[in-house]
Amino acid sequence: MSTGIDKTGIKIGMWLFLYSEIILFGGLFVLYAAYFYKYPEFFSEGGKELNRVIGAVNTVVLLVSSFTVAASITAVQRKAKKQAIGLLIFSIFCGVVFLVNKYFEWGAKFHHDIYPNSETLVSGEVGLNIFFGLYYVITGLHGLHVIIGMILLSISLVLVMAGKVTESKYSMLENAGLYWHLVDLIWIFVFPLFYLVL
Amino acid sequence: MIKTESFYDTPAPAGLTGIKAWLLTHDHKRLALMYMWAILFWFVIAMMFGLLLRTELMSQGRTIMGPEVYNSLFTLHGVIMIFLFVIPAIPAIFGNFFLPIQLGTDDVFFPRLNLFSWYLFMFGGVFALISLFTGEGFPDTGWTFYVPFSVEANSNVSVTVMAAFILGMSSMLTGLNFITTFHRMRDKNMGLMQIPLFTWSLYATAWVQILATPVISITLVLVVVERLFSIGLFEPDKGGDPILYQHLFWMYSHPAVYIMILPGMGVISEIIPVFSRKSIFGYKAIVWSSMGIAVAGSLVWAHHMYTSGMSDVSVFVFSLLTFLVAIPSAVKVFSWIATMHKGSIEMTPPLLLALIFIYLFSVGGLTGLVLGAVGTDIHVHDTHFVVSHFHFVMFGGTGFAFFAALHFWWPKMFGIMYEFKNAYIGAVLTAIGFLFHYVPMFILGLQGMPRRYYDYLPKYETGNFLAGFGGYLLCLGILIMFVNLFMSFKRRIPAPSDPWGATTLEWTVPSPPPVHNFVKKPQIKEFPYDFSEVGKREKNGEKARKIL
Amino acid sequence: MDSQKNNHILSYTTLALVLGLLLVLTGVTVGVSYIDLGFFNVPVALAIACTKVTFVLLFFMHLRYEGPIINFSFIGTISFLLIMIGFIFFDVAFR
Repeated sequence: MSTGIDKTGIKIGMWLFLYSEIILFGGLFVLYAAYFYKYPEFFSEGGKELNRVIGAVNTVVLLVSSFTVAASITAVQRKAKKQAIGLLIFSIFCGVVFLVNKYFEWGAKFHHDIYPNSETLVSGEVGLNIFFGLYYVITGLHGLHVIIGMILLSISLVLVMAGKVTESKYSMLENAGLYWHLVDLIWIFVFPLFYLVL
Repeated sequence: MIKTESFYDTPAPAGLTGIKAWLLTHDHKRLALMYMWAILFWFVIAMMFGLLLRTELMSQGRTIMGPEVYNSLFTLHGVIMIFLFVIPAIPAIFGNFFLPIQLGTDDVFFPRLNLFSWYLFMFGGVFALISLFTGEGFPDTGWTFYVPFSVEANSNVSVTVMAAFILGMSSMLTGLNFITTFHRMRDKNMGLMQIPLFTWSLYATAWVQILATPVISITLVLVVVERLFSIGLFEPDKGGDPILYQHLFWMYSHPAVYIMILPGMGVISEIIPVFSRKSIFGYKAIVWSSMGIAVAGSLVWAHHMYTSGMSDVSVFVFSLLTFLVAIPSAVKVFSWIATMHKGSIEMTPPLLLALIFIYLFSVGGLTGLVLGAVGTDIHVHDTHFVVSHFHFVMFGGTGFAFFAALHFWWPKMFGIMYEFKNAYIGAVLTAIGFLFHYVPMFILGLQGMPRRYYDYLPKYETGNFLAGFGGYLLCLGILIMFVNLFMSFKRRIPAPSDPWGATTLEWTVPSPPPVHNFVKKPQIKEFPYDFSEVGKREKNGEKARKIL
Repeated sequence: MDSQKNNHILSYTTLALVLGLLLVLTGVTVGVSYIDLGFFNVPVALAIACTKVTFVLLFFMHLRYEGPIINFSFIGTISFLLIMIGFIFFDVAFR
C-alpha cells in the first residue's frame, strides 16, 4: 500500500521523539527550579565560579553550528552537494569544539576539588553542592546528547557523500538536524541558568 | 471460496524462513503475537509471585519465607506486573495487531522501529532477570524505588531500574509509532470521527506514553547516578530533598496508570456495542473523555504524596484536581451502560468479562475517591486499602479488559474458536476469587493493616487468610480460562471472519488475516458502530455467529 | 499519501539573519548579566533564552512551516513541561 516515502510522517515521528527528549531534560529542570527557589544565593555564588566567557563561546559555537546544519539542508535541497558536505563537516567540528571546551571546564573544576561527592562540596555549603550536582548532571547529559548528535550528523554526512541523501530524499539529514537543534535549544537554557545567575 | 493465505504463511519481509520469519519480521501481527507469548510468560510469573506473597501472609509470622525474601518478592511482583504486563499488554498485543487494521491500512508507520520496540521489551525483561541472579540480589525497595533506600541499598537496584528504563523506551517507541500511523496511514475515507474507539484509546494512551515516560527515565537515571556518584540531589545532609524524588517518580507513575487503563477502556468500548447489537452511546463523549483522561491524569500526581511532608497547599491543590479526573472516567461508564440499555444483549465470554470489568473498575474508581480525598487518605495511606484499590482498577480493570480482549479477538488472531462454557466458568470463578481476595483487603486497610509488611497483628489474621483463599480461587479461575483458550488449538474449530456480528474493520478480513490485512479495499462506514447490516443478516436467518 | 510537493527551502539569507539575531541576543543576555537588576536578572535571562529558543524552533527547526499536528503537539509538550515545573511550586514554595 505504500506508494512512496511519507516525509511528513517521518518528520512527525522525529518530532515525537524530540518531545520525549524535551521532557527528559525537563525533569532535570524541575529539580533546578525547585532548588533554585531554595538556594538562590548559593546558585548565584556557584554561577560566579563558572566562566561566563567559555559559556558564551560554547553558546556561540552551538548557535553557529545550528546555522550550518540548517544551511546544509538548504544546500542539499539546492543540489549543492559540496557545500552541504562542507557545512556538515563544519557543524561536526563545532561539536568537537564544544566538547573540548567542556572537557577543559570540567577539568578545571575537578582540579579545584569541585566534583560530585568531593571533599569541598561535601563539607561546604549544601546549596553549592546542589548547584554543582545539577551542573554536572545536566551538562553531562547534554554532552552525551552532543555526542549522539555528532554521530547522527556524521552518518548524514556519509550518506550525503555517498549520494544517498539527495534533494528529493533528505529525511535522514533533516531529522539529524532536528536532533542537533534540540541539543542547541537545551544549551540555550543551560547557559543562563548556570552561567548567568549572578 | 478461495482461501487466502494468512499472515502465518506469508513472511514479511518476503523470503524469510523458520525462526527468522518471526525474529526479523516487520509484520505488526507477528510482532503482536511475539509480544503476547512474552507478556503471558511474565504475567504468569508475576501472578505466581503474588500467590506466594499472599500465601506467606495467610498466617502470622513466618509461613513459607523470610522477611527479606518477602520484600524482594513484592518488589518483583510490582515491577514485573507493572512494566512487563499491565502497561504493555493491551497496546503491544492488541494495539499492534488491530490498530492498523481498524484504520484500514496494512501496517504501522515504522515497522522496523516496531520490531526494535519488541527487542527492547525482551532486552528489558532479560535485564530484569539478570538483576535476580547477580549482585546482592533483587531489590527490596518496592517498585517505587523511593530514596534514600534505593540509593543506599546493597541490592541490585541499578540493574533493575535500568531494566525499567529500557522497558520505558519500548513503550515510548510504540506510542510514537501509533500516533504517526493514526495521523498518516488511515484510510483516506476515514475521518477522525469514524475511527473505532479502541484506536482512539490507543491514540490517547500513546501521547501519555511519549510525554510521561521520559520523566521516569530521567528519575531512574538519577537513582543510578546517585548510587554511583553520591551527589546528594535527594539527600537532606547534602542539600537535597527526597520529596522531589517522589514528585518526579509520580509525575510518570500517575499518568502511567492511565496508560494502563485507557486501552482497557477502549476494549470495553468495542465489546459492549457488539453484544448489545446497538451503536455505542456517546461516541464523541468517549473520544473526548479519553483525551481528557490523558490530560487531566498529568495534573494529579502528588495525590500519592499527601503524607510525604509536602506543603499543605499542594495537598489541597492535588486533592481538588484528583476529583476532576474521576469525571471523564464516569462519562465512559455511563456511556457503556447507556449503550446496553434497550439493546439486544447477547451473552458471550467477551461480554461477561467486559461486564465484570465495569463492575470491578467502578468499585476501584470509587475507592480512588476515598484515597483522593485528603481527610480519608490520611487514614488509609500505605495500608491494604490502597493495595486493594489499585488491584481493583489495574487487575479488575485492565486485567479483565485484557482477558476480554483475548476472548474477543482470539478467533481473529488464530482463526479458531474456543469453547464458551469453560470460558464462562473460568471468568466467573476468577471474579469470585477476585472479590474474596481483595475485598478483605479493603477492610484490613480500614482496620489499619499497613501494606508491604511481612507480619501483622493477630487481629488481621482472619482477613489475610480469607484473602489468601480467594487468591487461590482467582488463580484457578485464570488457569481455567487460559487452558480453555489453549485447548482451542487442539480442537481446531475454525472461526469465520466475523463470529460476533461486529462492525469494525478487523471483522471484514479473514480469520486470521492475510499479511497485508485486506483482501478487498476496506469499505469505511459513516459511523463505526452501525449495526444495520448485522441486523439485516440476522433477519435473513443467518446467524451472526456460531453458538458453541 | 503525501504529495511530493516541493518542500519549503529556507534561504541562506534568512538563516543568516536568524543567526545574527541569536548572536545579538546572546550578547545582550551576557551584557545584562553584568548589571545588577536584583530579582529581575533571572526573569530577564529566561525571557531572552525563550526568545532565542523561539527563533531556533521557528526557523532552524522549521516549525513556522509545519502543519497543525506538529504545532499543536509541540505546544502540548511545552504545556506539560510548564505544568511539571509550575505545580512543583505548590509544594516547594509553601513549605
